[in-house]
Amino acid sequence: MYKIVSKKELNPTVTKMEIEAPFVAAKAEPGQFIILRVDEEGERIPLTVAGYDRQKGTVTIIFQIVGGTTEKLNHLEEGDSLHDFVGPLGVATHTEGLKKVCIVGGGVGCAIALPIAQKLHEIGCDVTSVIGFRSKDLLILEDEFRAASSRLFVMTDDGSYGREGNVCVPLNEMFGAGETFDEVITIGPLIMMKFVVAATKPTGIPCTVSMNPIMIDGTGMCGGCRLTLNQDGKKVTKFACVDGPDFNGYEVDFDEAMSRGAMYHDFERHAYEEACNLFKK
Amino acid sequence: MPANMNPKKNPMPTQEAAVRAHNFQEVATGYSEEVAIDEAMRCLNCKNMPCVSGCPVNIHIPEFISKIKEGDFEGAYQIINITSSLPAVCGRVCPQETQCESKCVRGIKGEPVGIGRLERFVADWHNAHATEKPQPVPSNGHKVAIVGSGPSGLTCAGDLAKKGYQVTVYEALHTAGGVLVYGIPEFRLPKAIVQKEVDNLVAMGVDMETNIVIGKTLTVDELFEQGFEAVFIGSGAGLPNFMNIPGEAYKGVYSANEFLTRSNLMKSYLDNPVTPIMKGGKVAVVGGGNVAMDAARTALRLGAEKVYIVYRRSLEELPARKEEVEHAMEEGIDFRLLNNPVEILGYENPDDRRDPKNGFVTGMKCIKMELGEPDEKGRRRPVPVEGSEFVLDVDTVVMAIGTSPNPLIKSTTKGLETQKWGGIIINEDTGLTSREGVYAGGDAVTGAATVISAMGAGKLAAKSIDEYLSDK
Repeated sequence: MYKIVSKKELNPTVTKMEIEAPFVAAKAEPGQFIILRVDEEGERIPLTVAGYDRQKGTVTIIFQIVGGTTEKLNHLEEGDSLHDFVGPLGVATHTEGLKKVCIVGGGVGCAIALPIAQKLHEIGCDVTSVIGFRSKDLLILEDEFRAASSRLFVMTDDGSYGREGNVCVPLNEMFGAGETFDEVITIGPLIMMKFVVAATKPTGIPCTVSMNPIMIDGTGMCGGCRLTLNQDGKKVTKFACVDGPDFNGYEVDFDEAMSRGAMYHDFERHAYEEACNLFKK
Repeated sequence: MPANMNPKKNPMPTQEAAVRAHNFQEVATGYSEEVAIDEAMRCLNCKNMPCVSGCPVNIHIPEFISKIKEGDFEGAYQIINITSSLPAVCGRVCPQETQCESKCVRGIKGEPVGIGRLERFVADWHNAHATEKPQPVPSNGHKVAIVGSGPSGLTCAGDLAKKGYQVTVYEALHTAGGVLVYGIPEFRLPKAIVQKEVDNLVAMGVDMETNIVIGKTLTVDELFEQGFEAVFIGSGAGLPNFMNIPGEAYKGVYSANEFLTRSNLMKSYLDNPVTPIMKGGKVAVVGGGNVAMDAARTALRLGAEKVYIVYRRSLEELPARKEEVEHAMEEGIDFRLLNNPVEILGYENPDDRRDPKNGFVTGMKCIKMELGEPDEKGRRRPVPVEGSEFVLDVDTVVMAIGTSPNPLIKSTTKGLETQKWGGIIINEDTGLTSREGVYAGGDAVTGAATVISAMGAGKLAAKSIDEYLSDK
């Protein structure tokens, strides 16, 4: 069992938890993920590591309440325990040798982008961060990003905070002004990452995306997390759990990933409603 | 007592095909005491024991069968227990027809003795009647780590624990058992039986650590740093193979690993599951091995109206156990032999990109095959019949065409040599890898194979580890 050491609501739909998992905390690096089960009959869900404390032996997760499992998870409190917590899985984000990087985070994806920004900042890299949200209510981690970045753009779709518009607006302005980076790293909804890739492509700057497909075992066994890369005109199947979750954004077939991600949409919605009803009683 | 000279085996009682096709309860229900004794009486107790040479773990077969003849079922169990750690499992899933039973003298003029059925009977009798729990053996002070709790790992752990080693088994998933739990379905191997075997090991003092991925959470080198003196790698099958034909990313295309893991490990077969799976509709399973049979029969039990096995060769070349093929046919699985998929078709509404049906499987285009010249292994090569393409109307496709070994350990263990295709290279006489103190066996070495061959490998490694550490 893995104890919840602390819990904090970041906004009405996003929660942060610190989990006691010394084995995972000892090894976790930005960009890697864990798989958890809330209870004995629970499903396995992957969540990207949002932070870790090697001394305390804890791992931070930040999750959005989107389905039955995250709803149940959100009903656990400090002192409660998760049934299973395994990791760190996947390959850590490549940070070595980077001098100037632009991090683009969207929504709850910012939770995953933050430790990467922090790590880059620590190794002396110049970090520009662009973080985007639908509206002010959904804003998270602004102060943390400010501390890790030499420049920060906060965007909201409706203009209720920061600047109005999506994350591509400042990106295009920077590129338009001839600014360049060693790499653009983007994490967020698939559609956002697709647009960030498209905006970055003309500059030729390498663009890394963090994929979060449906997974079961997460250890390279089931193949459910497969995605297609277009490498030099050839279609190549890769597995996000062992080959990723980071991939070269120019190669990823986003349309396919979006379609596959929606496979159990109806089931998930139903499970979410059921979980909500359960807690109403 | 005179031998029972009936040329035929006592048939295995099973659930009616029409009934079992709709439930997940075990297909074969097992011999009664009377039938077991009657079957045991067919054994001639040959002096040279050809059957034993056919068993990868060399169970003392005529000896345990003699005990059954006497009605001493617990005695029979104790004899099996000397060499096998998982009799209730082996009695169910071993391909006895190509192993012990293929060597049986009774098989020359009739059917061999039903050794597998007797083994299962003995193990089940023990599980139902035994009151004494296995006891820990006094420790010899040596620590051994086992990677993976599948058949090879459990066997290796059991054999070492019996000799007094302090054994820790590391399992990546949340439940111990490996392929016995996530792969083989309930109707062929009830999960309670696997759990019982795992519980027995724990009672013997084996430390079972779930949720630890060796190669990620801990590396093999760190295990040595922690004081383990030898490591056995039984990490099992890895990433599933796909055919690399168009359409394999459509929704409704599963690997057999994913399909079976959802149903078995994550219990998607329940009426109100937490982990979803596509149920019902028409299902095509591609492949002809035991895993393909498991997937097809699982799909049927999940409520499919029609299930096809699509296999590119003919019935004769089907690699699955004969019994599994017969069971599948009885249950109404439609075998489309000499057929090979060339493309999976999906729904695309050109007028509405948001149509929720977009991207779901609607069919599988196949081509008919004929058998050509034999290849180097003597198997006749299937050749496509030009212009014979047709579309099979299906909603779900399950690819059961093998796996390649898990990459996590290879990529994090320096000096561990592997084959080009990823299998760990071992000395076949000892199970030793290219690293001192590191042994390996099972699918991680051989690629997809059987439970019993994995157990044989676990057993061999346990013996070698014992010799290695005794000399140290």
